[in-house]
Amino acid sequence: MADVILKPTGNFDLTVEAEIVTPDNFAGKSSDEIGKLLVWQGPAEYPLADYFSIEGNGGSSAEDTTIIIDGNIPRVKRIGQEMTAGKVIIKGSAGMHIGSGMSGGEIIVEGDADSWAGMEMKGGSIHIKGNTKDHLGCAYRGSWKGMSGGRITVDGDAVSQVGGGLSGGEIIIGGSVEHFCGIRINGGLIYVKGNAFRTVGAEMTGGTIVIGGCIERFTPGFEMTDVESDIKFNDIECPGEYKKFTGDYAIPQKGKGTLYVSCDKNECL
Amino acid sequence: MAGTIAIKNGYVYDPLNDINGEMMDIFIKDGKVVNELSGADMKNAKEIDAKGKTVMPGGVDSHSHVAGAKVNGGRMMRPEDHYKFYQKRTPITHSGCGYTVPSVYLGGYEYSKMGYTTVFEAAVPPMEARHTHEEMRSTPMLDMGGYLVLGNNWFLMRYLKEGDIDKAAAYISWMMRTHKTYGIKCVNPAGVENWGWGENVGALDQANIHFETTPEDMIKGLTELNEKLGIPMPVHLHANNLGHPGCWEITRDSLKIPKNTKAKPNADVEWAETKKNAKRHESVYLTHCQFNAFGGTSWRDFESGVKGITDYVNSMDHVVMDSGCVPFGDATVMTGDGPAIHDLYVLTGHKWSNTDVECECGSGVLPFEYLKSNPVHSVQWAMGLEVLLYVKDAWKSIMTTDSPNGGPFIKYPQIIAWLMSNKARQDTFAECHKWAQDRSDLGAETREMDLFEIATITRANPARTIGMSYRKGTLGLGADGDVAIYDIDPKKLEVNDYESIIRGFENAAYTVKAGEVVSQMGEIVAIPEKNTFYSDIATDEDAEKSMLKDVKKWFKYYTLGFERYPTPDKYLANPTPIQVNAEK
Repeated sequence: MADVILKPTGNFDLTVEAEIVTPDNFAGKSSDEIGKLLVWQGPAEYPLADYFSIEGNGGSSAEDTTIIIDGNIPRVKRIGQEMTAGKVIIKGSAGMHIGSGMSGGEIIVEGDADSWAGMEMKGGSIHIKGNTKDHLGCAYRGSWKGMSGGRITVDGDAVSQVGGGLSGGEIIIGGSVEHFCGIRINGGLIYVKGNAFRTVGAEMTGGTIVIGGCIERFTPGFEMTDVESDIKFNDIECPGEYKKFTGDYAIPQKGKGTLYVSCDKNECL
Repeated sequence: MAGTIAIKNGYVYDPLNDINGEMMDIFIKDGKVVNELSGADMKNAKEIDAKGKTVMPGGVDSHSHVAGAKVNGGRMMRPEDHYKFYQKRTPITHSGCGYTVPSVYLGGYEYSKMGYTTVFEAAVPPMEARHTHEEMRSTPMLDMGGYLVLGNNWFLMRYLKEGDIDKAAAYISWMMRTHKTYGIKCVNPAGVENWGWGENVGALDQANIHFETTPEDMIKGLTELNEKLGIPMPVHLHANNLGHPGCWEITRDSLKIPKNTKAKPNADVEWAETKKNAKRHESVYLTHCQFNAFGGTSWRDFESGVKGITDYVNSMDHVVMDSGCVPFGDATVMTGDGPAIHDLYVLTGHKWSNTDVECECGSGVLPFEYLKSNPVHSVQWAMGLEVLLYVKDAWKSIMTTDSPNGGPFIKYPQIIAWLMSNKARQDTFAECHKWAQDRSDLGAETREMDLFEIATITRANPARTIGMSYRKGTLGLGADGDVAIYDIDPKKLEVNDYESIIRGFENAAYTVKAGEVVSQMGEIVAIPEKNTFYSDIATDEDAEKSMLKDVKKWFKYYTLGFERYPTPDKYLANPTPIQVNAEK
């Protein structure tokens, strides 16, 4: 395994579009060559070395390449975008679009990640140890084709539109979410251990959502069918007792989606 | 010298001059095709060696939605259409994005890269003419024009009902001049007006609400007026009931209405030299036949109804049509047929928009994706190709995708490959839903078009049909020096290797516009001047006066002032009026 260590040194007044920072692009390149790769900042392109000090060479293939970003980069976007293999470790917080469209490999963010993490991802895994913002594993604006495979794990909270348009893969949130969690999903699994605010599973036509906490405002259009305890989806265990609903019957009227809601935390349902 | 060029030793396809792959030289001087260049001219001329390459007149698209309110509506509602398909700026080109609804710049560049030099906007609602012209003015690389949507126009419906033909004629001429448009588009005649009341019309003799006009009245009236006025192109018809299973019958019956109307195009222009008669003789130009040729009675027994229409077209001489092919993948459905869009929304549940263009027409937009796994979409793919392959005489058909309704125009090379190669079609059959085989007859069709026929349906015939062949769609003496040179060697062409056809047509080796190389192997190398064509139709002054009195009186129903209605010349790039029906 070859490690490439990037230390942020540059000026990030304007956000930097760093979609070239992937194991696929770094593989087979020396640190000098990596430093010459171009990134956009505002209206112009500059070499990566203007923003990061670079140590170590890429491996022989993407699988063999690990990129370690040693610092906080909340204003660097698109790291790991479209990556197919290898590993990216960010030892601080990451900017928007981390791992969007990725189809393989692993991304670990030790701090927070900004919005659009894992947008439309197809495979691989993202682990965010802090919090993240909106559009986690979601479809791009205007589209309803969201994440289709892989796994996103967030230890903290996410905000709105988690997994919008999800058709496959899993999203696991250790904390809470706000609005439109699992809007228009037709497959896959979203497991939120904490609370959700409203519109959970709106317009869903398939897939599964599990909410371990309280839903402040439950979405109309769901029908309760059963009560189940300690449900399991392969290696994902959801302890406790859950009310099982199907829906959404409100707009698409094709309620083949399943929504589990904690019995304890939602007594009024 | 700019605009002077010699294209040597290419295999030339110029259907209007019966030139079928002869190796010859093409000379262009000051932007026009000439017989030869003098020694002095040659000194300054650019010379292209087209040995082993295919040379055709510049591509002409006679039906494409590229500019105006609808297209822009599609852009606004489809951010997801933009973020994966984009191009950086270069020293001479703008940046741009959009796959099915590209920005105006990108649209122009993409057409030019495929060897197209002329594109006509398929539908210009009168109220949106300014907007349409603003976008056409900003679309680089292409000569353009637009068709005025008149099939549900309040004034015309009233005049036709009252039988006031003189005023109707005066109104059309005035409208063409006012909005700087080129020909008549008729969308779901009498039906879109009903949509204002949440309804549609289902039969040719069904009168609509309030105006009590029938689709038949409108088609008959407009086609007769079209010839009375001598408009260069036939009435461009989008028939009723579009997109409904079983609609092929009403389409065929609509085509029967103008069968005795004699074509009398009367444009005061100088004609390029052609062996074939370059003037149209058709009284109706049916658009996107595929969407108008649905068979069956429901989505369950849906099937191709193309044969019913092509049999009729093969037996008659007054119809020409374009195909509206479906190449699979992303599309944006946009049409003046508001109710058709609503039906699609009910079917798909997708986001959609609908607009009532006051007193004039309607429109709607909806994103769409044609899937090989979908039974209906697979049949539609087969139907689009059936339209072109079943019409025996290539001079009756035109290749389009009704861009971006069936798919974006950048898929044209793929369509050409399916038309030229049976193997390409069979390979696609293997990938798509079996309905494509079972519900159409395409599987049994073995016809493979040659380059001459492709040149006919992509440039010569579109130009001839819309009356532009006096300067477009041919390389005859005096024609515009618009040439597409493709890296396809007809002598070595192996149609089973259809990928090479796609590659060849995707990026023209050279696109020449008015004698200047504007794009080369997928790269834009020059931004040429462009022209915007419109019909300037002579009218009877008295009829115009009394007609305008009516129009002004009725303008209280519009939300804009009469003075703001016309499109001034400054909205057009090089406004090029064509004098129609002028006294000689």
